[in-house]
Order: sequence, then structure tokens, then C-alpha cells
Amino acid sequence: MEITFRLNGETIQVNGTASQMLLDWLREDRGLTGTKEGCNEGDCGACTVLLSDAEHGTRAINACLVPLPQLQGKAVRTVEGLSGPDGALHPVQQAMIEHHGSQCGFCTPGITVALAAAHMTGRKDHDDQLAGNLCRCTGYTPIVRAAEAAAALPVPDWMNEPDDFFCSEISSGGLATGERGADSPPATVPSASDAAVFLPRSSDQLAAWYLEHSGARLFAGGTDLGLQVTKGLRDLGQVAFLHGCADLQTIDIGPEEIRLGAGVTISRMLEAMRAPHPVLADFLTRFASVQIRNMATIGGNIANGSPIGDSPPALIALGAILHLRRGDDRRSLPLESFFLEYGRQDRRPGEFVEAVSFPAQAPGLACYKISKRFDQDISAVCGCFNLTIEAGTVASARIAFGGMAGIPARASAVEAALTGKPWTDETVAAALPAFAQDFTPLSDMRGSAGYRLLAAQNLLRRYFAETSGAVTNVREVHP
Amino acid sequence: MSVARPLPHDSARLHVTGEARYVDDIPVPAGCLHLAFGLSDFAAGTVAEMDLDAVRAAPGVVAVLTAADLPGHNDISTTPAFHEELLSTGEVHYLGQPLFLVVAKSHIAARKAARLGKVTKTERTPILSVEEALAADWRFEDGPRIYQRGDPEAAIATASRVIEGSIEVGGQEHFYLEGQASLALPQEGGDMVVVCSTQHPSEIQHKVAEALGLPMNAVRVEIRRMGGAFGGKESQGTALAIACAIAARRTGRACKMRYDRDDDMMVTGKRHDIRVDYRVGIDDGGRILGIAFDHYMRCGWSLDLSLPVADRAMLHADNAYLLTDVRITSHRLRTNMQSATAFRGFGGPQGMVGIERVMDHIAHVTGRDPLDVRVANFYAEAPGAEDGGGLSAPRSPEASPPEDISKQKKPPVQTTPYGMEVEDFCLHGLVAELVETSEYRARRAAIAAWNATNGVVKRGIALTPVKFGISFTLTHLNQAGALVHVYHDGSIHLNHGGTEMGQGLFQKVAQVAASRFGVDIGRVKITATDTGKVPNTSATAASSGSDMNGMAVKAACDQIRDRIAAFLAERYQAKPAAVRFEGDRVEIGGESLPFETAVEMAYQARISLSAAGFYKTPKLAWDRIAGSGRPFFYFAYGAAVTEVAIDTLTGENRILRCDILHDAGTSLNPALDIGQIEGGYVQGAGWLTTEELVWDGSGRLRTHAPSTYKIPACGDRPEVFNVALWDRANREDTIYRSKAVGEPPLMLGISALMALSDAVAACGPAYPALDAPATAERVLMAVTRVQG
Repeated sequence: MEITFRLNGETIQVNGTASQMLLDWLREDRGLTGTKEGCNEGDCGACTVLLSDAEHGTRAINACLVPLPQLQGKAVRTVEGLSGPDGALHPVQQAMIEHHGSQCGFCTPGITVALAAAHMTGRKDHDDQLAGNLCRCTGYTPIVRAAEAAAALPVPDWMNEPDDFFCSEISSGGLATGERGADSPPATVPSASDAAVFLPRSSDQLAAWYLEHSGARLFAGGTDLGLQVTKGLRDLGQVAFLHGCADLQTIDIGPEEIRLGAGVTISRMLEAMRAPHPVLADFLTRFASVQIRNMATIGGNIANGSPIGDSPPALIALGAILHLRRGDDRRSLPLESFFLEYGRQDRRPGEFVEAVSFPAQAPGLACYKISKRFDQDISAVCGCFNLTIEAGTVASARIAFGGMAGIPARASAVEAALTGKPWTDETVAAALPAFAQDFTPLSDMRGSAGYRLLAAQNLLRRYFAETSGAVTNVREVHP
Repeated sequence: MSVARPLPHDSARLHVTGEARYVDDIPVPAGCLHLAFGLSDFAAGTVAEMDLDAVRAAPGVVAVLTAADLPGHNDISTTPAFHEELLSTGEVHYLGQPLFLVVAKSHIAARKAARLGKVTKTERTPILSVEEALAADWRFEDGPRIYQRGDPEAAIATASRVIEGSIEVGGQEHFYLEGQASLALPQEGGDMVVVCSTQHPSEIQHKVAEALGLPMNAVRVEIRRMGGAFGGKESQGTALAIACAIAARRTGRACKMRYDRDDDMMVTGKRHDIRVDYRVGIDDGGRILGIAFDHYMRCGWSLDLSLPVADRAMLHADNAYLLTDVRITSHRLRTNMQSATAFRGFGGPQGMVGIERVMDHIAHVTGRDPLDVRVANFYAEAPGAEDGGGLSAPRSPEASPPEDISKQKKPPVQTTPYGMEVEDFCLHGLVAELVETSEYRARRAAIAAWNATNGVVKRGIALTPVKFGISFTLTHLNQAGALVHVYHDGSIHLNHGGTEMGQGLFQKVAQVAASRFGVDIGRVKITATDTGKVPNTSATAASSGSDMNGMAVKAACDQIRDRIAAFLAERYQAKPAAVRFEGDRVEIGGESLPFETAVEMAYQARISLSAAGFYKTPKLAWDRIAGSGRPFFYFAYGAAVTEVAIDTLTGENRILRCDILHDAGTSLNPALDIGQIEGGYVQGAGWLTTEELVWDGSGRLRTHAPSTYKIPACGDRPEVFNVALWDRANREDTIYRSKAVGEPPLMLGISALMALSDAVAACGPAYPALDAPATAERVLMAVTRVQG
């Protein structure tokens, strides 16, 4: 299909397929070799570029996982576009030179772009902003020094994309909660030559089309599905790109309930959760990297059914309800019921995740993720606890784990062992054996079965220790 | 003078703008073809038959080659002692071994087609573990290599205490950000130009020539820069370079090959893992009286560089400690896995972890501060180490004559277990200073207080030293060449045999050249390392790059400088020694000429303005079978203090602070040296904490991408990170009295493992016996162990 977007300040039109990733196109078709391939799976950040649109502003993404059709109506800026028209360096480029932020230089374009994104948005949480960029040479210290040095300098004029460029009817992220489905613009009509790509503009269009094409792939953020292209070396076949469905990207925060459209990115979810659910927001900083969070959606993270996805355990502990739609039929179910067994979910042909909702308050929520590396890793064990303690007694308990079974699952026996009991060391100790009733974890490269079970039990002990005020988190300890 | 200034990396601007070109960024001729290997999916056995029809029929495929299609030697091994096939002739030795080669019109077409091969196979049970290899006696060399001095068993028998233990230390993936890559460009008359991301262009040249049946003069190899290497591009690039050259010869077209990250990790070698068993006898003060080490290294299936790697592990089994009665037994075991290869430190880190574990264990058993145990076992300080004195030759030509030792007190001779005199030991002074600046003693007390009152999060601290031998242990490799041209406009062109992989070698060497001519660094350009410019080079490895190439460049520059000086002295009736090159000018008595004017005059007078320089490292004599002699020109030193916190419920852990004092001699470039130290420490700490290689029971590497193999991220660096240089001149006559800095800092990361051990020890009475990598799981299991 023909795609129009801006590249380093220039409007271009290209023909692109659903399986053609931006990184390959930049390097092989466009000769822009500054953007590097380090892993081709969104884990190293060497391919980081800037993506801008009217709704989300400018953000860092991994070019290796973005098919060209996702760029329709947006603006892309690569490392080659960071310097001014007269060759003047961007402040982060200058600072990287002055602070010796590059050694072999291969990660440097991606790092520089990631720094430019943080510079533009004023972010100073460098560990988090750089979590998606691996550097094997420097040990990162000089890179952080460079970021700090550049922070006070203004964003150069040339970094601004003209607002009038963005095709908002296409790229609409829908920060507002308006009803756009009824008067949404027409979907991109697939031409005969590339009928494999469908770009719906609303969930109604998607629902109608998906009913007729239930074998198609739904492509939201693409941070998981994209790997089937880059690592599985498969063509995706018939694909609907969901980023144009503005009504799937709404965030409704009510007094009792929060409802997130399936197309809400993890980044937007994280920001939206800071006030109502700070624990959840903190937990979401452990979700992959900034680049991945900027593309990945909550619907995708749920619908792919992974036993080690980050959001399901937290949402299950919160008591989340999943909202599904098939044509004009809608149904809702507790999130834990959606996951049937490894690789299988309660989703009928033609049915898709429309939204997820959960209570607006959960003061007892705690979320723990154990992985080999703190940032940008997949959990060995992820435990989420949501207990209500009334007058020293456990009034209610919702506990969910990832990494302990073939699906994200509740620890029902543990919940039962706690509920109605006094919230004491003894109760916790008595509940520990129940973990073995709930879970029979596997051994793999992320952890042994024995470790998983012991760590899961100890997370309950940690939760208890926290309620008694002990220091339990190595991140809270400082030299 | 340009030397000693903290100039940025020579390519820093090109890096940050994306202009810096790596192999895969170089524009290729039209019709360039792309290669991919079809890999074995089993670890041991034979291929009975390969059905490659689907591969040949796949879109974009131009040719599919098997071993039978290769024109010359089917051998990519970089050692003549071992045959390593480019494409299997039937035997399969590891999962990931190349079986056939696809040549296609695009990278993706080649990769897709490479997965379509159908292999009929007969599998054998692979040999994977140390125990399995020992049981099968599948090893390199006839038996274990043993270095011994004195009588360790007798010494242990006299000891008041005997400690035994064992530590397992995992391997390490290089994870250079730029994967392996090669590009072959066929030339007229059958010649071949190969651009290869390699630390060893001369070896690539040699192997490509051999594979094509050509003399070396028909093959030229160049490399401007690598996107990281760390030893992983010392020998591992031959397969790609040879495959490209063969395909280019066959098709007449340019051929390029780069490994996808997963292929790279499945095909190429990694750091050797090791198990170190130890038995040590100590006196009441914790001093070692006698010690016996057994090293068990898994070398993978092929020889590669395993012998010198295992040798170097033995040569660093003493680290900073005088071991009078010692035996080191080294088993070089074969396994059906990727062939382990060079990795920063080259075995040194593995040997060093062993003795540092012993120090930690002794301290635990004796109840002493591990720092005191370490210092008690140190070699004696070399006289003059404190003030940078005790030079074996003068600092500069203006100083006193060489080897003037009349003012020096002759120190008592102390030697390593392999009989090399330790003449430059400076760790007493260095560690004392680091203990002060890091406030080690006060912090140890504060940590003890914290641990007494906090049940869940425990803290730990450790100081570990590094003494690392500098030189290739294969003595003939300690040579380097350079080629310097001064153009008649006053610009300088420089080539040397070293390769740039990020370490800043090019800039350091350019600083040497600028200093020799007394000109601004901006006049000096270094272009790609090229076997046509400097022949018969050694790998840029063993930390030797700036030592050797810096000296070779100096030799070349000084020849040209002396010619210009002689000419000007004659012209202006002065003595050549009175001609000075400084401040971009040439001073001759009262005359002062801009450098370019002096050069133009020399050109007009038909003075040669080009020279080749050569250097060979002096004083080396080493017998690796006997295990005696002087394998190293000198030692580089350093020490680190690391503080950590662990969560005793989950094993999660974090480095809180690190303080480093490191000996880079008189630094050629303090900024680049500190960059090597910071980066080396983090890489070393990563090796021992989060970086875990996991093979399953079938020999399949399960951690073959950054999604599963976790190198340190930004947030893993120490929250407080203080790095300083121990700024004393090298005792030996190295380039501007600097010291090599590439590998030694990696071993500073051992302090992180020992700090974790210290934190675990706070959880109970037993010794933690913490293995590496100390993942959250291993830390938690150690906590459980010490709690009893």
C-alpha cells in the first residue's frame, strides 16, 4: 500500500507491505545506515528512531519492529536528522562527544536518539529512559553524564515537526474520550494488489471486517507480533493495523472504575496510572523499555496470552474485567478466565479485545517482578498481591502470578489460606505450603522450578514485611 | 604535547551523527549477493544426507554450497594444530554448526532459504558437562597441563588449617553490538579484497588466501572499525570471510554475510566457563603456605584459542599473591558446544576468580577482614613503586642513561609460580590509597551495623586487586608495524597494524604521532587497518594494541622527523639535535618555520617523507610446556571496592557503589583510559552477576538473544562510581611510559561477586560458596545454604 510520512523533515511516499520493517527500509532502500541492527527484536535499542504524531508528540521507538504501514501520517526522525540543516550538532550529540559517551559507536546512534527523545520531553530519569539501549563498551556512566550536561540546553528548532503535517484522522490517538466511531472517516480501502493490509479507523470498522476475516492477524503495537517477521521470518498474511482505531485508545478514569481501550499504549497507561494506582505505574516501568512501551498496547499484552506477560498478573490481582467484541456482540469476563491454558485463550474467531476495566482504588496492591536483570527483562516470577486488611484481619485477598504456570493465574489456595485470618507472621507462614497446591512451575533458562516456588512464597513474606515497615527492596537502599 | 590529553575518541563525531561506517554500512556494488549458513539442529552425530532442493528453489537463491563445492581447504581454524571445517563433511560437533551455505539476492532471502534444508542424521549423545568430558577423557592435549613450584602438599601438611572448596564460574557471550560481518569484493585476475569486522586482518588474509588457493599477496583485508569485539572477533570472523570470498570467486559478484543476532550467538564461541577446585593450607594469620588448584575449562568442540586461554588462567592463578608452594592443574575439556574463544582477559579472569574466592574463603574461616587477608598475602612492594621511581630505563632520552640502577636498592627477588620476577608490584600503596579514598573501613563498620538491624536487605562490601600480565604468551606475536606518510602540505597519514574496536587505539596512536612531530592532532589522519599497508600483523588483543602499535608509529615518525631535522640542520648550519618540533612549528636555532613549510622544503630537497616503523616487545622468554620464564613484559595493576545490597527473600541484588584506582602508567589519554576502566568493570560485573549462558540437555543454547541473555543495562551501573588513575610511570620502557588498559579493568568486576558473597555471609554462619553468575537465584540459594 502507499504510505505517506515525514522522514527527517521531508514528506515522502512509499509503497510498503505489512512485513516490511522500517529499519530494513531505512538501511537498504533509503541508504540511511546510521540506524543500526543489533538484535532485530527490540531488545538492544541500536535501531532507535523518533516517531511523532499530533496525539503522542515525539517518542522513541525501535525501528526493527515497526512495519511501514504503521507510519502512515506520522513523522520519523533518524540519527541523520538530529543535526541541524547547517550541520550544527544537537545538544545531546555535542554532549556525547564531550563526555566520551561513545566507544565502539555502534549503539551510539540509538543512544543518541533515545537521549534526544528524553531531552525533548524533559525526562531526567535516565536509567529508565535508557533501559532499552544496550551499550557493551562504556558502562553507561559517560552517557548519563552527557544526558545530564545536555538537559539544560534548549531543543533545537529543527527538531519540531510541523503540526499541520500530521494526518490526525489517521493517526489519532484519541486522548479525549469522545465517540469517534459513528463519524469516523473511511478506512483505507485495500487495493487489489495488497489486500493483505487493512487500516480500520474505528472499532466498528474493525469488528465488521474481522468477522469476515477471522483468520487475519491483528497488529496493534507489533512488539510481539513483529518478531514473527524479524525472527520467525514469516509473512504475516492478512493484517489489520489497529493504530488508526481512535476509539480503542481511550482512557476513562471514573470514581469507581478505570477503563482502558485495548489500543492504549503501555506508556500512556503508565502515565495515567500515576495518580490512581502509583504502585501499578511503578510496576509498569519494569515493562520492557521506553521504546517498547511506546508501541505496545495493553490489549496486545493481554490478548497474546503469554504466561510471562507483565500486565496480566497485576490486572488479575486488581480484579480486572476483560471486554471482548465480535461483530456487534459484546461480552465481559474476569481477566483470569480469559486464559484457558498455555497458548489458548477464551476468544472466538472474529472476536477481539476491546477494553479492560478494573477498580479505581486498590491501596493494598503490591507488584513484584523477579528477573535476571532489573530493567527490560522477562520475569522468572511475577507476583501481584491485593489484600484488604480490616481490623488486623485479611478481609479479602487477590493474588496472581506470572511465570508459575502456563498462564497468568490466581493463587486461589493461598488466597483461601489467608482470607479471614489475622494478618500475622503465623498466618503467612501457614499459607506458604498452599503455593505448591496452586502452582507446579517449570524449570527453564529464567529460573528453576525450585527457585520459582521459593521466591513466590517469599514474595508473600515480603508483602507482609512491607506492611510492617521493613526495608525490603534493594532499589530503596542507597550508598 | 598531544600525548596525555583527554581527547575524545577519534570517531566520536561520526558516531553521534550516524556517519561512522561499519561493514554492513559500506555501499556495495550493484548485484551484491548475501549469504547465510544452514545450521545443524543437533549437537553430535553425523549427517547422512542433506536434501537442499527446497533451499535451492526458494525465492532469490542464487547458489547453495556444501562442503563438496569448496575449492580449497575446508578449514577455518586459526591454529594449524586443529582442523575446523567451514561446512561439515558429515560430522556434527555442536548445535549451530554450519552445514551448508546459501547465496541469495538479499539478506532476508538467504536467511529464509537457510531454514529449508532437510537433514537426515544419526545422532550421538552429546558430551556437555565437565563430568561427562572427564568420564570420556575427551580433552585437548594428552592430559592436564600442570605448573608446579615447591611442594604444595608438604606445605599444606604443615598448615594449621586446611580449606577446600570449589567455585563454578559461567562463560560469557561477547555481545558486541555489531554482529560478525564480512564483505568480499572480487578483483581482476582473481584477487580478492575482503572487508571484515575482525581484530585480526592478517589472519583473515591468510585464511582467505588458503581457501582460495592464492598467495597472501592476492588478498587484501581492511577494517576501519568494529562495533565492539572484546576478543569475539579475534578468530571467529574467518567463517564469514572465507564464505564470502568463495562465493564471490564462484559468482564473480560482491558477497556479504552478517550473522543475525541469534545465529551469531548460536554459531560463535564465548568466554570459557571454569570450575576451580582448591585446597589450601594457611597459617594463623591467614597466609597461604601451600595451595593446589584444579582448573576444569570447557573448551567446546574445537581447539581455537583454548590452549593459550587456559594457560593464561594458570598464569593468573596467583593474581596479586605470593604463592611459594603451589600446583595448578589445568584440564582443557572438549564438549559438544560452541568452541569457546578469546574474551577480554583471555583466561586471566577465570584464574583470578579462583584465588580471590580462596582469599574470601580464608577470611571467612579465620574471621578476619578479607582485605587484611589479601594484603597479608600480597607480593612485596617494589622499591620506588610509590613515587613512580625504579624505572628500568629512563623516562625520556634527555634523562639519565638506560638501566642506571646505581641509585636503586636491589629488591629481594620474588617470583610468580612460573618463575617470572615481580619487579613492579605497587598494590600495597595503591590499595592503601583506595582504602582511604573509598572509606572502606568506615563503610564496612556501617554495613555491619545495617546488617545487624535489617532482616530482609543485607549489604556487603569487598575490595579485590588485579595484577594482569601484559604481552601475548605466544612470544612471536609481540611485534607490530606502522606506516607513516607526511604529505608535502604538512598533513600526516598514518596506518598501523592495530584495529579499532572502540577502545580508542586510533586516537592514542594518533596522539603519539602528533607528539613526535609536535603538531596538532588535527593534522593526523588514520585510515582503515589494511593488510596492504602493514603486513604480518598480530591480532589486536592481549591489551597490547597501544603499547606495540604506539611504539611502531613512534619508530616510523622518528625516522621521518630525523630526516627532516638532518636536512634542516644542514640548510641552517645547526646540529640536528638542535632542531625541535613543537607547537606546529620547527625550530632550528634562531629560525622558526611552520611545520608545513619545513615539510615542503624537505620535499623540494627530495627527502623521503614516508617510513615504516617496527617494534618487538623486549625481555620476553617463555616456555609454556615447562611453565617457566618471562611471558610478560610487565604487569598492570588496579583495585576496586564494590558495595552491594541483596534481598534475602528473592536474591535480587544491586551494586550500590564502586570505587576504583587503576594503574594505566603515564596515561596516553586519561579520558579513554577511564572509559576502558568504567566499561571493563561493568562488563566484568555483568559476567559474574546477570549474564548467564544456559544450554539444555540436548546441547541447545537457550540464551541466544538479548531477550534471554542479559548484559548490564544503564540502571545496573553502580549508583556511585568513582574511578581514578594511579598516575605513575611504567617501570618498563613502553610508549611514553604508559600501560595497557584494555583487559585488566574487567577483572575489577570480581569485587562485585565478592561483595555479594560478603552480603550473603551476613545471613548465617556457613560459608556462602557463591557460584557465578550470581543471579538472584544463586544468591537466594546461597542465603538458604548459610542459614543452614
